[in-house]
Amino acid sequence: MAVPLQFLAVSKSFPRGRDRVQALQELELSLAPGTITGLLGPDGAGKTTLMRLATGLLLPDSGRVLVFGADTADAGSRIQDVIGYMPQRFGLYEDLTVQENLDLYADLQGLGREASRDRQQELLKLTALGPFGSRRAGALSGGMKQKLGLACALLRTPRLLLLDEPTVGVDPIARRELWEIVQGLRQEGTTVLMSTAYFDEAEQCDAVILLHEGRLLAQRSPQAFRAPLAGRTHLVRHDALSRRRLQESLRVRPGVLDARILAEGVRVLLREAAPPRAAGEHWQEATPAFEDAFVALLGAGAGAKPAEDPEPGGTPDSGLPPDGAQAPENVIEVRDLRRLFGNFEAVASIGFEVRKGQIFGLLGANGAGKTTTFRMLCGLLPPTSGSLQVAGMDMRHASVAAQARIGYVSQKFSLYGTLNSRQNLQFFASAYGLRGRRRTERLAWALREFQLEGYQDANADELPLGIKQRLALACALLHEPPILFLDEPTSGVDPLARREFWQRVNGLAERGVTVLVTTHFMDEAEYCDNLVLMSLGKVLAYGSPQEIRAQARTAEQPEPSMDDAFIRLVLDHESGLRRAS
Amino acid sequence: MNAQRLRRLVRKEFIQIVRDPSAIAIAFVMPVVLLFLFGYGVSLDARHVPVAMVVDAPTAETGTFVGRLQQSPYFTPLPYPDIHAAQQAVMAHRADGILWLRNDFSRALLQGGPAPVGVQVNGVDANTARILEGYIQGAWENWLEQRALDQGTPLVVPVVPDTRIWFNPTVRSRDYLVPGLIAVIMTLIGGLLTALVVAREWERGTMEALMATPVTIGEILVGKLVPYFIMGMGGMGLTVALAVWLFAVPLVGSFWVLLVFSALFLLAALGMGLLISTVAHSQFVASQVAVIVTFLPAFILSGFIFDIHSMPAPIRIVTHVIAARYFVSILQTIFLAGDLWGILLTNGLALLLMAVIFLGLTWRRSHKRLD
Repeated sequence: MAVPLQFLAVSKSFPRGRDRVQALQELELSLAPGTITGLLGPDGAGKTTLMRLATGLLLPDSGRVLVFGADTADAGSRIQDVIGYMPQRFGLYEDLTVQENLDLYADLQGLGREASRDRQQELLKLTALGPFGSRRAGALSGGMKQKLGLACALLRTPRLLLLDEPTVGVDPIARRELWEIVQGLRQEGTTVLMSTAYFDEAEQCDAVILLHEGRLLAQRSPQAFRAPLAGRTHLVRHDALSRRRLQESLRVRPGVLDARILAEGVRVLLREAAPPRAAGEHWQEATPAFEDAFVALLGAGAGAKPAEDPEPGGTPDSGLPPDGAQAPENVIEVRDLRRLFGNFEAVASIGFEVRKGQIFGLLGANGAGKTTTFRMLCGLLPPTSGSLQVAGMDMRHASVAAQARIGYVSQKFSLYGTLNSRQNLQFFASAYGLRGRRRTERLAWALREFQLEGYQDANADELPLGIKQRLALACALLHEPPILFLDEPTSGVDPLARREFWQRVNGLAERGVTVLVTTHFMDEAEYCDNLVLMSLGKVLAYGSPQEIRAQARTAEQPEPSMDDAFIRLVLDHESGLRRAS
Repeated sequence: MNAQRLRRLVRKEFIQIVRDPSAIAIAFVMPVVLLFLFGYGVSLDARHVPVAMVVDAPTAETGTFVGRLQQSPYFTPLPYPDIHAAQQAVMAHRADGILWLRNDFSRALLQGGPAPVGVQVNGVDANTARILEGYIQGAWENWLEQRALDQGTPLVVPVVPDTRIWFNPTVRSRDYLVPGLIAVIMTLIGGLLTALVVAREWERGTMEALMATPVTIGEILVGKLVPYFIMGMGGMGLTVALAVWLFAVPLVGSFWVLLVFSALFLLAALGMGLLISTVAHSQFVASQVAVIVTFLPAFILSGFIFDIHSMPAPIRIVTHVIAARYFVSILQTIFLAGDLWGILLTNGLALLLMAVIFLGLTWRRSHKRLD
């Protein structure tokens, strides 16, 4: 059997402004028939370019791309007969109904009427989209859109299926369903190549391709990725120090490649097997995960190094009382908060409290009501009912005064794309009313603290996503707000940039800044002190990450992940609803 | 070209048009608004122009003259006691001009000598001013003639122009504006709407998914051409129907000839729209480009409103690359003069050439590639 996909010394570059950006360089790879291969890499590694080259929608500058032995340069239409492709924006016609979309793609792929009807039935059952046949694709939830996109790509059982980040922004339940569909394709002999930002998905693949700056870093099985790390990963706990202090101390120790905060302690990845222990610490060996391999190969501390010098007057060791000794001051108090849009209840009577210096998470899938809750907390949207206190002020009346004490990073980062980094900072400094020496100092601080010196003259539009996110955070912190609101700050950002970002947020919390953050990455819950898990406008669970995970503990699953916990809680909640009705 | 795929693409396009409010706005709402605007609102004729009348010494003669003006559809005479009051009225925009019959008017008239009439016109709006001047003169001559006839004395005028207006005897601007609108409306659908819908496919990522299927580039192009060709012809039919039945514009030539040449123009417009969409992959850029290179020229440089012959030479040269120019000329010919093959064929040839060039360029520039 011919190799499903083969790249032979493939290079591809794109013009940007006056020069060219090298997207892929001398890339060599091939996929084994009937396997699922994961494609991972930081932003700008060339994942989407690789996918498009495989479809024949892009041609290489040099080298050859072969699909089942046929060169994409001269057999484009023959190749498109045997592949299925789901682009990042899944290519659905939003004005068309589910059925119409399926009909369109069935006809485009030249399926006969009979064959098409049978296959559609099968796919509708598989994706559980049957009841939504006459609903417009634009009115589907994110997860359903993804499933429909996948169904359209699967209509004429492709021999090679290319999926570009099919699980981004999808809730854990839909993500799991998508995975089941993809894994079912193994039986049909389909070869799958999918790019993903989730490490747990990488672990389920037969092989993983790691791409970095357009080059192939490694291609092997997930087990082979993890093997060299045996004995190098540990979970560290400390008798007295907080997790954040402990992490600060571990991270800079010689021999430590990476230190990551978990709810239970700090996970450490070592260069060598011998751990550099210190007094009061409990080291426990942990099983290496794919994420560790990713960091070991790519990160090696790159970019994840913190700002050398934290804010003057607020260094971690400046004698602040340890956690717990602080007076428990509630910075945010929410009670019975509701918001209706017409008859639709976007937020249904939620309540929580956030103490000073805490990182508080709002977790949930798209459409759970996170952003609505968030806007109400920022004073951008009036609640329908309920009480809302931020920094001791009632957001329903004193929102402007409270807003001066809030730093806000929105989902889209709200930067001016045609201004350069320095101009963006200057603009926000003016917007916050900074003047004179303070302004000069804060601007210099922002450039230094967020390592933006090298990007001062680059327009915000041209910055990589990770840098953009840093700049947005710097802008939001110029006026030294005691409260920081972050709305999906890590959405679409690659795993390394996400870690670095959380590193910074942890540093801020350590200095007493209260952080409220929304995310749809369940694993990011580990960074939070407390969180609420939301679904369909309701709070499913409220507590620390350990507490929430404990709620989902069962005999079969003694150590559920946050993903597992979410799925369990949502299913319980829904069956509860069914019983109640 | 695969019939199954093509049929589905065309069907998909129609569903999208029906469900997308912006497509409906461009394809149906805007044409109707334009039609009513130009059919009822905009008129280059002067009608019911308010004119301040100052009669210093009313007599039987002045009475018949004023009565004459009152009956005319072109004027609304407003009496003022003296010239100062009339001048105030002009300054306050209550009147556009002054007709002043001095106290020696009747005497001069009865003596058989020249009887001067004072005419003052507000010249700010040069067009109306000139029209008003001509009308008053016409009314005056008319009255003199009538009076001479009544009295049985021959009117002594050295030269009498015997004017005859061809093709549009009542000189109604609506009669050439409304047919000209067909060019504008077809440009709207063929150029602007087509460029927008293709750009939208790029923007939403559907083009990428479409191209990764076995569909050919020819099918994608024809799949866009067919629906918007039908829409454009529909817009043309609607305009012709409203022109003939609602605005009573005469259609002197034959409808079938009109149909053939409209189809030719529409192909050129669609070619432009598709060509724009090969360059502009965002709706914003596509709409800007389409408005500037198709819609505005069809309005301003096509001879639809402004006469091409009175444009400065460089602009006159520019009009030659604008398809609408040839079509407006065809439209005005068919509607007002009839099937004059000499004019129709030369202009039609130009349209054919443009359609071939634009569609050919689009064909050559389109690839099933993203870069």
